[in-house]
Amino acid sequence: MAVGAPITSLDPHYHQLSPNNAVADMIFDALVNRSPRDQGIPGLATSWRAVDSTTWEFKLREGVRFHNGNAFTADDVAFTLARVPRVPNSPSSFALYTRPITAVEIVDAHTIRFKTATPYPLLPTDLANLRIIDKETAENATTEDFNAGRAAQGTGPWRVVEHRNGDRIEFAANAQYWGGAPAFARVTYRMITNDAARTAALLAGDVDFIDQVPTADLARLRREQRVVLSETVGLRIIFLGLDHSRAGATPFITDNDGKPIEPNPLRDVRVRRALSLGIDRAAIADRVMEGAATPSGQFLPAGSFGHVPDLAAPRVNADEARRLLTEAGFPNGFRITLHSPNDRYINDARIAQAIGQMWTRIGLRTSVEAQTWATFVGRAARTELSAWLIGWGSSGGEASNPLRNLVASISREKGWGASNRGHYSNPRVDALVDRAMVELDNPRRETLLREATQMAMDDVGIIPLHIQTNIWAMRRGLQHEARADELTRAQDVRPAR
Amino acid sequence: MSGATATVKVETPLRRFIAGFCESKVAIGALVVFLIILAAALLAPWIAPQNPYDLAELDIMDGRMEPGTVGGAGFTYWLGTDDQGRDMLSGILYGLRISLAVGAGSAFLAGLLGASLGLLAAYAGGKTDTLLMRLVDLQLSFPAILSALMILAALGKGVLNVVIALIIVEWAYYARTVRGSALVERRRDYIEAAQGLGLPTHRILFRHLLPNCLPPLIVIGTIQVARAIALEATLSFLGLGVPITEPSLGLLIANGYEYMLSGKYWISFYPGIALLITIVSINLVGDQLRDVLNPRLQK
Amino acid sequence: MTVFLLRRLFQASGVVLVMTVLVFLGVFAVGDPVEILISPEADQAERERAIQALGLDLPLWQQYLVFLGKALQGDLGRSFVFNEPALTLIFQRMPATLELAFGATFLALIIGVPLGLYAGLKPNAMPARAIMAGSILGFSLPTFWVGLMLIMVFAVQLGWLPSTGRGETVTILGMRWSFLTWDGLLHMAMPMFSLSLSRIGLAIRLTRSGVRENMVMDYVKFARAKGLSPQRVVFVHVFRNILIPVVTVMGLELGSTIAFSVVTESVFAWPGMGKLIIDSINVLDRPVIVAYLMMIVLMFITINLLVDLSYSVLDPRVRLESRE
Repeated sequence: MAVGAPITSLDPHYHQLSPNNAVADMIFDALVNRSPRDQGIPGLATSWRAVDSTTWEFKLREGVRFHNGNAFTADDVAFTLARVPRVPNSPSSFALYTRPITAVEIVDAHTIRFKTATPYPLLPTDLANLRIIDKETAENATTEDFNAGRAAQGTGPWRVVEHRNGDRIEFAANAQYWGGAPAFARVTYRMITNDAARTAALLAGDVDFIDQVPTADLARLRREQRVVLSETVGLRIIFLGLDHSRAGATPFITDNDGKPIEPNPLRDVRVRRALSLGIDRAAIADRVMEGAATPSGQFLPAGSFGHVPDLAAPRVNADEARRLLTEAGFPNGFRITLHSPNDRYINDARIAQAIGQMWTRIGLRTSVEAQTWATFVGRAARTELSAWLIGWGSSGGEASNPLRNLVASISREKGWGASNRGHYSNPRVDALVDRAMVELDNPRRETLLREATQMAMDDVGIIPLHIQTNIWAMRRGLQHEARADELTRAQDVRPAR
Repeated sequence: MSGATATVKVETPLRRFIAGFCESKVAIGALVVFLIILAAALLAPWIAPQNPYDLAELDIMDGRMEPGTVGGAGFTYWLGTDDQGRDMLSGILYGLRISLAVGAGSAFLAGLLGASLGLLAAYAGGKTDTLLMRLVDLQLSFPAILSALMILAALGKGVLNVVIALIIVEWAYYARTVRGSALVERRRDYIEAAQGLGLPTHRILFRHLLPNCLPPLIVIGTIQVARAIALEATLSFLGLGVPITEPSLGLLIANGYEYMLSGKYWISFYPGIALLITIVSINLVGDQLRDVLNPRLQK
Repeated sequence: MTVFLLRRLFQASGVVLVMTVLVFLGVFAVGDPVEILISPEADQAERERAIQALGLDLPLWQQYLVFLGKALQGDLGRSFVFNEPALTLIFQRMPATLELAFGATFLALIIGVPLGLYAGLKPNAMPARAIMAGSILGFSLPTFWVGLMLIMVFAVQLGWLPSTGRGETVTILGMRWSFLTWDGLLHMAMPMFSLSLSRIGLAIRLTRSGVRENMVMDYVKFARAKGLSPQRVVFVHVFRNILIPVVTVMGLELGSTIAFSVVTESVFAWPGMGKLIIDSINVLDRPVIVAYLMMIVLMFITINLLVDLSYSVLDPRVRLESRE
C-alpha cells in the first residue's frame, strides 16, 4: 500500500501529525480507540465513567500482551502519561492531552483513575490521542530507538519489521492481537508523495492500495475495471478566514483606485455575508472538487456531535450579495486579494481561483495569490492577510474542537483561539463554549455547541466552503473501511468477500 | 580562414554574417517559425479570443472542455479549456509572452553579467580573480532549484522575481565558461601583442578577448534560454514561479500534468508542444549563429 | 601543489561559512518552522514550549552562534521533524542520489560523446542532423513531464518497468545500493534516463562543437599531412582536445545533476536526499537544509578541484600557479 504523506517518526509521542498517528494506530492502541466516524470506542480500556465531576475511572482490558510478550497493565498507562510531556525536541507535543490530568491513581492492575482540576468532559476524547507503550521496553528509549523499530513494541495489530526513513515501513501481522488477527501476514507501507506517481503506481500494479486519490484521477479510476474506490465524508472543513483584527484599513482590500478603505469593511457583517453569498459552493464541489466535497455552512458534517441540522450551506445569491454591498456603502465594490496555500489542501489554489471568479461577478475585483504552505502559514499566523483560504480537521469529531480553536476569542489562559487567525471575537459565542466545556451531560452539551455554532455562522465569523470527502483506491479484490479522520491504516483493509 | 580576405568584393561583417546564416535552410525555417511565435506572443491581446488573465472572463462551468467545444461565452475552444475554464489557445498565446520574456530576459541579463565578470576575472587575475571565482563557487554550490526556491520564497511570486532568481542562478555558468576560455586565449600572442601596443583594457577585453570567447558563450547561452524556460516550468511545478492567475507555458503544463492520467491530455499537451516548438526554434537559430560567429570555423 | 590545495581548503571553509549565514537568513525569511510543524490543535502554551524546544526562542544571531559552536564539534543539529541527527539522515539517503546522478552522467557520456563525435565529423549527414535535433529535444523537455510520460508508457501501458520506488538493495559499507541487483536496476532505469536526458543533449553538443573547432585547426592539418591515419588523428589528437570542455561542463553538471534530482526523485518517489531536501524545505526543517547544503557545497568544491586538476593535466597551457 502507498500513502501520500511522509511518516516522520515511529515514536507515537513525538509529533502530533496525522500520518504518524495512522502508523502509530497500526502498532499501538490507545485506551480509547476511534470508530471510522471518529467516535470513541473501547480500546485498551473496556469501559470508563466519571466517578465524580473531576474523576474519571477506566477499566483496562485483561490478557493483552505487547509484541515482545510483556503483559499490559495500569503501570504502562501511568508510564505513558508520564513520558508524553518529556519527549525531547518535540515540534508538536502530545502534552496537550495530558495537561488537564492533575493526578493518576492506579487502583489495581486493570483499573486506573484520572483526576482533573475542573469537570472535563473531553477526557476520553483526548485519551484517544495517546498510544500506550510498554514501560519495560521504553523506560529509557529515545525517539531514535522507536524509529529503528527497537522500542516500537505496542499492543496493536502490526509489528514493525523494518523502517526505511522516508521510503517504506515493513509490517508483520500480530497474530495474537486482542481484536483479532489482521487479514494479511505482511504489509509494506510505502510513501509516494507525488499524486500522479501514486495513481500510476496503483494502475501499474506496483501497489495494491493508495490514499489521497487526486480528484483529477477520480473520473478515470471510477471507470477502471481493475480498481475500486472507498470513500466517506471527512471531518476537514475548507473555509475562508477574514481579518477581524484591524479597525482601520486591512492590507489587501482597497477601493477601485487602489487607496486603502477605512474602516475595515470586513468588520461589517453585511460585507461578510455578501462575500459568503457570492460563492457558488455547489459549483466548486461539482466542478473543482469533481464531487469529492460536500458544500457546508458549518464546521461539521451531518451526524457529528454538535452538527446543526437546519443550518444548510448558503446558496449562491449574487443579487442579494450586490444589494448587501450597496447597503454597506460599496455600490461599486472594491478590490480584494484572496490568499491561499497551493500545496496543502485538495485543489486549494484552484478553489481560490474559482472564488476569485465568483467574487468578480458580484463586483469585487479579486486577485488570487497562492503560496507554498511554508510561506503562507507564517503570514496567516501573523494576520498579515485580509482574506485567506485554509482548512481545519476536527479531531474527535465534535463541535467543541473547531469552536474553541477557530472562532473563540484568543485567550492564552484558556488555550483558546490558537488558530483564530482573523482574531474573530464574539463574547456570546465564548460564553456558550465556556458552559459547554464543563457540561458533563452530553445532550445538554450538544445543545450548547449547536447554539454557539449557529451564532458564529450567523455572524459570518468565518466563511465555510465545503467538507472534503476522503477517498482511497485499491485493486479489485480488496475492501476498505473508509475513515472520516483521513488515517490510512492497514487493519482497515481486507480481501473482499 | 583565407577565403574571406581573398574576395575582392567589399564585404561588411554584417553582410558576411547574413550570408553565412542563410547557408542553412533549417535555420531560416527556424527563424521564420520563431518570428511567427514572437509575433503571436506580442499580438496576443488582439488575436486571443479571451483574456485568460482576467478572472471575470473565466467560468469554471466551462472547465476541462474538450477541444472544439463551444463554451458559455459563445466562441469555440479550439484547444479545449483547463480546470478554470481558461481557453487553452488564449492561455498558450499569453503564456508564450511570459515564458519568452522570462527565458530571453534572464538569459540575456545573466549572460551580460556573467560574461563581464568572467572576462574581468580572467584578465585581471590575482585577487579579483580569486574573489570572483569563489563567488562563482558559492553560487554554483547552491543547487539552481534550491537558490531559486529560496529567492522566490523571500521575494514572493511574480514574473520579475522569477527573472531575478534566474539571473542570480545562472550568471555563474557564463562567468566560469568565459573565464575558462579567456584564460586560454589570454596567453595567446595576439593579446600580448595588443597589450604591447598599449591598447586600453576595455578595448582588449571587449574587442579582442570577448569575440574569441564567444563560441562557448553562445553554446551556453542557447542552452540557458532553454534551461531558463524549463527551470521556470519546474519552479511552477514545485508551486513557486509565476502567479497561478497568470500562467506561463510551464505553469500550464504543470497544471495539466495532474490531468494526464485521466485522459484530459489537451491541458498539458498543447502548451507542451508550444513550449517545444519555441525552444527548438530558438536553439536551431542559436546553432547556426554559433557556426557563423565562430571565427575558427570560417572557411 | 600543497599550497594550492590548502588555499582551496581555506577558501572552501569561507564559502561554507557564508552559505550557512545565507541559509539561516533564508529560512528566517521564508517562514516560521513552528507554525508548520505544530499540530493545529496546539494552544498558545504548547506553541511556546515547541519554540523553546527547537531553540527558536533565541534571537537569530544567537541561534546562529549556537549552531556554529556545535558545528565545529561536528554536530550539525537534529532534524526538527525526525528528531535524528541531520547528518545521519543525509547519509542514509545519499547513496540513492549518488547512484542516480552518477548513473545519469555515465549514461550521458556513453551515449552523448559517440553521437557528438559522429555529428561533428560528418556535420552534413542526415543522421548527424537527426542527432542534433534530438539533442535539442533532450534539454528542451521539462524533466517532470518526461518522468510522467515514461511512467505512463513503460509502467502503466506496457508494464515493463516498475513505476516508482527503489526496489531491492544490497548493503555495502553500511549503505544500501540499488545498482547491484537486477530489481534495483529496473527501478533505476526510468529515473536515471529522465535525469540523463538533458545531459545527453549537452554531451552531444559539447563534443560536436569541440570536434568541429578542432578539425579545422592547424595541428590536425599537420597531423594529417604527416600521414597519420584519420582514426589516430580523431581518437588521439582531437579527442584529447575536445575532452577539456566536455570534462569541465559535465563535471560542473554532476553537481547540478545531484541537485536537479530533486524533481526526478519526487516524480519517481526515489528516496534520495533530493526528496529529503524538498520535504525539509516544505516544513522548514532548518538543520537538515543547512546540513544538506553544506554537503552539496563540499561536494561541489571537490568537483571543481578535480575539474581544475584535470584541466592542468589535459591542457598544459593552463597552470595551477596562474591563480596566484
